[in-house]
Amino acid sequence: MKYVIIGNGIASIGAIEGIRKVDTENEIMVIGSEDSPAYGRPLISYLLAGKIGPDRLALRPQEFYKKSNVTLKLGTTVAGIDTKARIVTTDKGEAVEFENLLIAVGGIPFTPPIPGSDGADVYNFTNLAHAQVLISRAKEIKRAVVIGGGLIGLKAGESLFDRGVDVTILELSPRILSLAFDENAAALAGERLAEVGLNVRCGVSAKEIQRDAEGNLKGVHLTDGDFLQTDVVVIAIGVVPNYNLAKDAGIAVDQGIKVNNHMKTSAGGVFAAGDVAQAKDLLFGEDRVIPIWTNAYNQGFCAGKNMAGADIEFTGSLAMNSISFYGLPTISVGTVNPPEGDNSFEIAINLDEKKKSYRKLVFQNDHLVGYVLVGDIDMAGMYTAFVKFKMAVREDAKRQLMAGEPDVLLWPDDFFQETWNPETQS
Amino acid sequence: MPGVSHGIKENTMKRVYPDKEYCIGCHLCELACITAHSKSQDLIVAYREERGRDGLSSCKKVFEKGDICVAISCRHCDEPSCVAACISGGLYKDPETGRTVYDREKCVGCWSCLMACPYGAISRHPTEGKIVKCDLCEGREEGPACVAACPNLALKFEER
Repeated sequence: MKYVIIGNGIASIGAIEGIRKVDTENEIMVIGSEDSPAYGRPLISYLLAGKIGPDRLALRPQEFYKKSNVTLKLGTTVAGIDTKARIVTTDKGEAVEFENLLIAVGGIPFTPPIPGSDGADVYNFTNLAHAQVLISRAKEIKRAVVIGGGLIGLKAGESLFDRGVDVTILELSPRILSLAFDENAAALAGERLAEVGLNVRCGVSAKEIQRDAEGNLKGVHLTDGDFLQTDVVVIAIGVVPNYNLAKDAGIAVDQGIKVNNHMKTSAGGVFAAGDVAQAKDLLFGEDRVIPIWTNAYNQGFCAGKNMAGADIEFTGSLAMNSISFYGLPTISVGTVNPPEGDNSFEIAINLDEKKKSYRKLVFQNDHLVGYVLVGDIDMAGMYTAFVKFKMAVREDAKRQLMAGEPDVLLWPDDFFQETWNPETQS
Repeated sequence: MPGVSHGIKENTMKRVYPDKEYCIGCHLCELACITAHSKSQDLIVAYREERGRDGLSSCKKVFEKGDICVAISCRHCDEPSCVAACISGGLYKDPETGRTVYDREKCVGCWSCLMACPYGAISRHPTEGKIVKCDLCEGREEGPACVAACPNLALKFEER
């Protein structure tokens, strides 16, 4: 097989589309451990909330795989990779030869050691199967405790609440959304959730999950001594790169699978992309794991093109999140919490608590390196341009950005022309 | 940087190119846009009724800075950031036409595309939890209405 892709998420879709940009002929095989064609993983919270049906989960039309000449081997887990012989073996005992291999197996839910967590009614919330179990049980669930106040935890909590469940979210750090957002944005999102009726408790976590003699879940003991009765516990602390397959095959790993600027791993003909890969960061230059949807697609796309023989450098990952809490939209891009005491950063803040509107711009050395928007998000893309294209921001431009009016006419003229009104290509 | 490729065949297709040397900032393109996307296909009804009632809004945005102005909309990029960011499969490249296509039914209104598009070419529908994005006036035989309406030929619809 010319191309084999392990994993069937968004990085895999990116890779298929990347390969097909260069090579429209040779067959691609995708091996995925889940049973369905690639679906929008973040959509599981919409599914659990009842906002969409299962028919809307697929990321690409049904004919996509056929048209792209892709063989899908689903419900199949890869057991090992022989990088020398270039063979992958599956849990079903099959052996598949490859010329080019992409490892795009994503992350696995991180589960802290909480006594009592082994057993019934403790769930994760990172794949369709988890969502389906929670949906099938939703009618009997009266109370749920969600451990983790990050993006996944809050969305899981919101979806269960929409199903009529009384939800308490526990966050160990002093505030929710501590990774992707800043204090003000987190406060606005937290207020919105509280208004609707979710219980959000920060600075506290689960110490022990209480079960009766038969092992039935009774409740959660908290680190502050409190006890919460509950029917289910959802652990949503985050995901860690699922790199054991690669590690066991002798492929170099650090925080994730190490890749060069062409998304190649240390093994010949083997690439990695998405939440499992440790790749170049656009702003910092160093290699990091940034488990973000858009990066997974872009890394897969770049890897795919290179697998097919092109010579494309990965431009670098850029952290970005867009998420709404009961109609309150929030967006965060790039560096939003610069290290305290570092004078090279300049922060401009605009907070209107009445309007639930917030804007934070982070500048460094006359460049916009990150921003947060809450409520009024309509100019987000125009801000993203300044971060992504690393355009210098002069004083007058900075004033305009700070006034909430980023604009294409602030771009350097030659870049503007090249982008919007290029010469006719010969 | 956009449009730059390395030995990869780019889609050849007609796109709308705005020229700020010629744009006079009259906003007629925006009016043509909402008319072309209205139920009534009538400028006055579209502007006075459908805009307020249905949230009908333009895919085109006019920016002004002193004497300089320009009208922009979706570039139908070869490798669009919005498609990479879309969590629902509602945005994708049509391999045959090269257009960046929006499937309204699939969209869940997460605004990821709006965040990711560095060209500011995607906006929120005012009432419906969906996005508004240029479709190059799909199905309109004469081509994009904004181009036809521009009185100073500042918008060109051509292959480059």
